[in-house]
Amino acid sequence: MPAHELTLRVWRGDQDGGEFVTYRVEGQEGEVVLDVIHRLQATQANDLAVRWNCKAGKCGSCSAEINGRPRLMCMTRLSTLNLAEPITVTPMRTFPVVRDLVTDVSYNYEMAKRVPPFTPAGDNSGGKYRMQQRDVDRIQEFHKCIECFLCQNVCHVVRDHEENKQVFAGPRFFIRYAGLDMHPLDTLDRRATLQDDFGLGMCNITKCCTEVCPEGIHITDNAIIPMKERVVDKQYDPVVWLGNKIGIRSRTPREQVGPYRAPSTSEDYAKAALGLAPPPVGTDPAPNTTPPVDEALDGKVANLPAMPPTLPRSATRGAGAAATPAGGRQGALASGHGGAHADAGSGLSAKDVAPAAAAAGGLAALIAVILRRRR
Amino acid sequence: MAEFETHDYDVVVVGAGGAGLRAAIAAHESGAKTAVVCKSLLGKAHTVMAEGGIAASMGNVWPEDNWQVHFRDTMRGGKMLNNWRMAQLHAQEAPERVWELEEWGALFDRTKDGKISQRDFGGHRYARLAHVGDRTGLEMIRTLQHKTVALGVDVFMECTITRLLKDGDGIAGAFGYWRESGRFIAFRAPSVVLATGGIGKSFRVTSNSWEYTGDGHALALAAGASLINMEFVQFHPTGMVWPPSVRGILVTESVRGEGGVLRNSEGRRFMFDYIPEYFKEETADNEAEADRWYDDHINNRRPPELLPRDEVARAINSEIKAGRGTPHGGVYLDIASRRPAEDILRRLPSMYHQFKELADVDITKEPMEIGPTCHYVMGGVEVDADTQESIVPGLFAAGEVAGGMHGSNRLGGNSLGDLLVFGKRAGEYAAQRAATHGAPQLEGRQVEAAATEALLPFQRERGENPYTLQYDLQAAMQELVGIIRTESELRSALKEIVALKERAKNLAVEGNRQFNPGWNLALDLRSMLTVSECIAMAALERQESRGGHTRDDFPTADEHWGKINLVLTQTNNGDLQLDRKPLPEMPDDLKQLFEEH
Repeated sequence: MPAHELTLRVWRGDQDGGEFVTYRVEGQEGEVVLDVIHRLQATQANDLAVRWNCKAGKCGSCSAEINGRPRLMCMTRLSTLNLAEPITVTPMRTFPVVRDLVTDVSYNYEMAKRVPPFTPAGDNSGGKYRMQQRDVDRIQEFHKCIECFLCQNVCHVVRDHEENKQVFAGPRFFIRYAGLDMHPLDTLDRRATLQDDFGLGMCNITKCCTEVCPEGIHITDNAIIPMKERVVDKQYDPVVWLGNKIGIRSRTPREQVGPYRAPSTSEDYAKAALGLAPPPVGTDPAPNTTPPVDEALDGKVANLPAMPPTLPRSATRGAGAAATPAGGRQGALASGHGGAHADAGSGLSAKDVAPAAAAAGGLAALIAVILRRRR
Repeated sequence: MAEFETHDYDVVVVGAGGAGLRAAIAAHESGAKTAVVCKSLLGKAHTVMAEGGIAASMGNVWPEDNWQVHFRDTMRGGKMLNNWRMAQLHAQEAPERVWELEEWGALFDRTKDGKISQRDFGGHRYARLAHVGDRTGLEMIRTLQHKTVALGVDVFMECTITRLLKDGDGIAGAFGYWRESGRFIAFRAPSVVLATGGIGKSFRVTSNSWEYTGDGHALALAAGASLINMEFVQFHPTGMVWPPSVRGILVTESVRGEGGVLRNSEGRRFMFDYIPEYFKEETADNEAEADRWYDDHINNRRPPELLPRDEVARAINSEIKAGRGTPHGGVYLDIASRRPAEDILRRLPSMYHQFKELADVDITKEPMEIGPTCHYVMGGVEVDADTQESIVPGLFAAGEVAGGMHGSNRLGGNSLGDLLVFGKRAGEYAAQRAATHGAPQLEGRQVEAAATEALLPFQRERGENPYTLQYDLQAAMQELVGIIRTESELRSALKEIVALKERAKNLAVEGNRQFNPGWNLALDLRSMLTVSECIAMAALERQESRGGHTRDDFPTADEHWGKINLVLTQTNNGDLQLDRKPLPEMPDDLKQLFEEH
């Protein structure tokens, strides 16, 4: 593609209104839409407002809608567009316009403030933490997020429903939550927050977010659906329901797991795993039979190699991993409600586990949970 | 009288990259009321572009590693011009800073036994870089960003500082404007931490973003602080060269760390022809040994592709000049023939993505075309090694904007460690100063002057287009103060800069103050012109070649120059003044580290 003139229709205006302005701009071989916008800015429209930083698809600043499609301008090559037609560039629609292509994305930054932060078990001075690559792989996928907010922009829950922004955090924050929830060393349970305050239930998995993600993160399949499963496990698990009914569990999930709750037993276990403190008194399960299941734990300490004998790796894992391939409630029951959802897509498989241990552990785990709740 | 809002803080941090956020966290945790002010949205700072990793001698891969070896590598990489104390502190404290990130939620790639994995990089004796694929900077900035938000530190996003304010000799605060509205804002604070990054946008071909206009360097000078080592600019050996629109975008050194090699158009691994005397003892002189090294660092010497960046960039430059370059004026960087596709995709995912999307090149099948790109400035604000305080009381600097740590050339991976180690120190000492100093006085006259000068571009009916001026400055710097320098060209550059400064007095912008990039650039250009002049002046003065400063007319390092720092200050009438200052003397116990090897 040699250098030639192309037609650009750019939305210009502010919160009080605006219009499309048509420009003729030169485009050159190998260029992306942002190059043409920059040339336009340098030669014809010095005050054209546009955000950009890295120009290499790493910072997520230059999000816009190009011919109606939410894209990063720096990663949209001219050669992928029909240059016989005008190229239309508009700001992201879901956010209020500041000026021209710049929108007010403060909604996202407000949501970020509400996220209960990473709460690890024990400090890491001297580099004590141990995690296996396969256990961090799936979270690293979520950490690829460049916060371009295209997923937020395209999500129909907020795209045409300003009012939902009060009660719906959006796909970017669902992967943030998933990343925290699946972190091997995190001790907080954010499921109630996620469901009640962040509107996970409002997502009806149309996968629009996944389709526009420039990083190719499987937002729906790897984050939203597993998180929905976890929340459902918590809310509708018959064992939990029964426990609540007969009064051996605290009344509502919310009371147990409100945001910023100080870590309780799970932290103690994880600390024990790190060798920082003895395991909590009176909760020692029998090795290889009774995994210490805690809903906030999700089998997380299983990834710490320095576990004391009271936290058998295979047994703890087994509670969670056995459920996935089996796909049945059996596994969920076996782990109380902590394990069944722990390993969706984690790369763990049944072969990691002594199936017998898992099966044997099932009932004992349930009893352990009930007893502990009672205390 | 101009209208402006005023905010009171103990510590104001300018910049929200790795150093700025780490400083803010430290200041907050030390009990100071802290604000972060940044030109872009939070999380978009240039740190996000860092790819390779954080150098820290944790010894997870090679237990032989320790801070002394890291210190030695850093000093040798900087050709011994580094501030020895900063290099020492950095080497000693980097591991704790990395572990701390992990405690805040960062997820580094792992070794088989579950520790943080470490990768090889140029100039580092052992595999030392904690990394996350090739997007370490993103992980780092996200972790610091989340921590900052969780602590409740106030962040002023898309807010540009144009002047520092003084109360007598000390710092009183900072003045700037909101980009969104164009309205003015003043901060009153007894401590200001500059963490504004570098100066790359003064060059035509650069890996740096629009923000890298040397704001902190210029703000510091204008406030009475001094800059050192400004002649040392790092040209990263591997930037993209094609298509033209992506020229300069960084190709991580990890490609070479993971086994990639450089070849010229004749297919020759030319780096074997460019091993300098200084690094002969530790560099393999044949392909067989170089290839064995990846698995056995103890019995083999490092491949020459992993020489420090200045050496590799110069070699590539020479090959291209000798006519052995690629069709688009670069050389080949080949990982495709060296590693299985699966490994490349796992270890270098964003490089794969970048080349596939922007250049139609599949790096698992074909070599990349690369060439040097302006990447980093070693020079910066002269600070106390331990506290990061400049000669202006209350003014601190950390990260790329501070000078001294890297000497004449920075090793890859030492930047991210620098941000963390000295960001923390700057934040703590800034908080400490704030605790012992009351709220300073803001002088109306200074604020008024800052507001008036910021609005000047709107006063002119017809004048110079700021984009044109920026383009001309970049062309001059690229052409005359680039990777290879010579006296006549440097003199031309200085003349050119004087002319550009005159033209800058006639900059005019259209539109209003609301999110107006033309106006924003007009103001940033002042900083760009100042740092460009600093670089050219210091480059002309230093009559030797060392690290990121290569003089065609003085091609070798000079022992005498090796003991001298060049220091720049600004006189009252705005002129720059250049002085020579002896290098701080390294204590004997550290000197010994260089004799043992």
